[in-house]
Amino acid sequence: MKKPNDVILQTVTTVISFIIILFSINLFFAGHYTPGGGFIGGLMTAAALVLLLLAYDVKTLNTILPFDYRMMTAAGLLIAVLTGAGALLFNQPFLTHAYDYFNLPLLGETSLHTAVLFDIGVYLVVIGVTMTIIQTIGESE
Amino acid sequence: MSLLHIAIVLPFIAAVFIPFLFKGFRNIHTGWFVLLVPLALFIYFIQYLPVTSGGQTVSKTFEWIPSLGINFNAHVDGLGLLFALLITGIGSLVVLYSIYYLAKEKEALHNFYVYLLMFMGAMLGVVLSDNLIVLYMFWEFTSISSFLLIGYWYDKERSRYGAQKSMLITVFGGLSMLGGIVLLYIMSGTFSIQELISMSGSLMQDPMFIPAMLLILLGAFTKSAQFPFHVWLPDAMEAPTPVSAYLHSATMVKAGIYLVARMSPVFAESGIWLWLVAGFGLFTLFWGSFNAVKQTDLKGILAFSTISQLGLIMSLLGLGAAALHFDQLDENIYMGATIAAVFHLINHATFKGSLFMVAGIVDHETGTRDIRNLGGLVNLMPITFTIALIGTFSMAGLPPFNGFLSKEMFLLATLEILEFNLFSMDTWGILFPVIAWIASVFTFIYSIMLLFKTFLGKLQLDKLPKKPHEAPIGMLISPIVLGALVIVFGFFPNLLSNSMIKPAVEAILPSLVDSGQEVYVNIYFWHGFTPELFMTIGIVLFGTLLYATLGKWQGIYNRIPEQFTINGVYDRGLEKGESGSFKLTEGIMTGYMRTYLLYIFGFFVAILLSTLVVRDAFSIDTSNLAEIRIYEVILAVVMIASAITILFAKSRLTSIIALGAVGYSVALFFVFFRAPDLALTQLVIETVSVALFLLCFYHLPEISRKEERMGFRFGNAVISILVGITITLIAISAYSNSSVFESISQYHIDNVYKLAAGGNMVNVILVDFRGFDTLFEICVLGVAALGIYAMVHFRGVRRQKG
Repeated sequence: MKKPNDVILQTVTTVISFIIILFSINLFFAGHYTPGGGFIGGLMTAAALVLLLLAYDVKTLNTILPFDYRMMTAAGLLIAVLTGAGALLFNQPFLTHAYDYFNLPLLGETSLHTAVLFDIGVYLVVIGVTMTIIQTIGESE
Repeated sequence: MSLLHIAIVLPFIAAVFIPFLFKGFRNIHTGWFVLLVPLALFIYFIQYLPVTSGGQTVSKTFEWIPSLGINFNAHVDGLGLLFALLITGIGSLVVLYSIYYLAKEKEALHNFYVYLLMFMGAMLGVVLSDNLIVLYMFWEFTSISSFLLIGYWYDKERSRYGAQKSMLITVFGGLSMLGGIVLLYIMSGTFSIQELISMSGSLMQDPMFIPAMLLILLGAFTKSAQFPFHVWLPDAMEAPTPVSAYLHSATMVKAGIYLVARMSPVFAESGIWLWLVAGFGLFTLFWGSFNAVKQTDLKGILAFSTISQLGLIMSLLGLGAAALHFDQLDENIYMGATIAAVFHLINHATFKGSLFMVAGIVDHETGTRDIRNLGGLVNLMPITFTIALIGTFSMAGLPPFNGFLSKEMFLLATLEILEFNLFSMDTWGILFPVIAWIASVFTFIYSIMLLFKTFLGKLQLDKLPKKPHEAPIGMLISPIVLGALVIVFGFFPNLLSNSMIKPAVEAILPSLVDSGQEVYVNIYFWHGFTPELFMTIGIVLFGTLLYATLGKWQGIYNRIPEQFTINGVYDRGLEKGESGSFKLTEGIMTGYMRTYLLYIFGFFVAILLSTLVVRDAFSIDTSNLAEIRIYEVILAVVMIASAITILFAKSRLTSIIALGAVGYSVALFFVFFRAPDLALTQLVIETVSVALFLLCFYHLPEISRKEERMGFRFGNAVISILVGITITLIAISAYSNSSVFESISQYHIDNVYKLAAGGNMVNVILVDFRGFDTLFEICVLGVAALGIYAMVHFRGVRRQKG
């Protein structure tokens, strides 16, 4: 079988996937104030990776992005749990969040919220899970 | 823990050491060590005789589970002591007999004596416990140890059958009894028998009184082999003969008698009690004696004879209840029945124990127990013959043995009940003396048969496996002692009357004693020419006549087909029970997921719809409905169309696409109902799941990829429509009532910025207000991913192993 020429797909994908990832990061950070959040952000990022998978193949993607997605899932769970457990250090119930406003360089006055840390956990788990499933199924014959 | 408690559990303690003694002293028969236990206990219990005959009782408490009212209360009164003496006395004789009966080289003696001691302790516990739960515990101990003893020769198929049968029947009764005990506790708030007796008058009014009585009687009847639960006893004859002599004549089968006697003060005021106990006892008496004539096995005859004699005692206990209705009579004639019951109990234990031992000797010395092969042993075994003669004549009720006295008292009691004018006894009471007389005739026949066919007639040496000779003296001691007691009690019955019978009767009928009536026990041979004497003469005459013509009428036994016997019913019941439950499981557990789903949904619909109907819970309220907008209608139509397409599509691919259409429509609904987060997630997730469905479709094996429409099944259609209707009705009702409570969402709206510094309420709820749920949802995702990974990657490993 002749190898199909998919140069257009690959070129477009390279460009598009960055836009998608940017969009997903936007969804993720905007989540606390506008629609979005860790879950949908994670799914979007995974979608970008899936697009790369479609344009190239499993091996290439592994070389570009050498992530172990199962470890990523574990790391996400760990971050989420530790965020919750952090509250215990301050004599607060599990998963109590805290926030405050900080004057950061470049960004000016910004609110920093521990819920974002929790959301990062969700984000990582969703990417890890989606990619594990798709990779696993894709690799099997 | 008092000395009395230690005495009761002494057999259990001793049982612990038996295996060590068996292994440590191989040259000495283990039985010699065991013998010390019942002997010591017998001597110990003898000391209580002066106490109980003085009308006193001894109670000792040992707290076991005081918070539940379950305490090991040992209570010694006349009845308990009588049984305790029987258990330890006959126990000693049986152990002595077993020393000579069981060879120490061939038999697993450590097992035997451990079981036997367990049984002895359990029996002592039954008769000396005042607490019903403790009594029940010991009761089940007797069942278990008797099961072990019957199955002692466990390599014989009949032994295992007999053990299983007795276990099933007695445990069935035991559990019923436990039910009765619980009911009694609910009624009275106490497990103590003495306290129950003191409040028996008020218990009579309780609606649970009759059920409790029936359940307790069920326990007593199964244990004491009353009709129709007698079937286990003949099969229990596969046990070693010392066991049969001990358990199945003198002690365990009398546990039911004990229970009836013990509970008499609680229940006996009721007419149902009188009729049930007396009626079942009398019928058992007849049935046992009638069937005993048919047996050809020595122990078989004795088993049926035991059943019949137990029935006799039981019916006497029932008739004795009549005495309670005549508190005012100075000379209460009905008390005679209870006296006769106690007297016959003692007599039966003596002569039946000796007869079993005789049967064991005959078996041991000739190698067979079949009376068709036996005969003419009188010259070879004169001592055994003498003991057998005493035992059988006493059993038949002939003078001058003790059986005669109790038989006379029994006949007198059945005659006196004719004058009893309660509970329609004056019309049906005539059955009592008639049946009693017929049963006594049969008793006479089998007793004579037992003696004559074994010891008289022609000696058939060629049919005997062994050359018969007299038994060793050690084996003869126990039956000689019992035979001697038969004669002693026959000639001097009043030895017993004040020391044992009177306190026992006082324990059975305490209310009469309280009301000031004197229990007057005086047993003597010569009553004058009374009706019961003529009945006895009639029994002897008719019995002799029938025995002489036995060959002519024995054919009637073969007329009864096997299916209609109780044994046949039991066997077929067991078989049908097994095959029936097998068929039931086969029928219900088809192994098809679709059947189980049908059950689940069927019950779902049945329970929910019936609740809706029974509670009249359906309600419809249109006041809080929103206006319907046109694009909602359009979207709903699209969804319905897609859903119908899924059902009726010819190709699976169409179904998958239609399912995707439903999913995207749902996402659109989310948009219309202003849920952007849901809409986003739904879109992406729907895409992923449709892709996964397509993947599954692509990998379907060729053979099942045949494009065909889903088959139509009427039942499935009905169930699915019903499920839909149920859910719809419930949803409508629930929504109509939704204004009952206010929603809590106002709190979230108010505090989303103030407390959580966020603007997206959905996300704030997910990560902040209800972050705990999210934590575990991502755990679920992780588990799902790992599961898929494991299924795909470890597939090969499983295939290699499996």
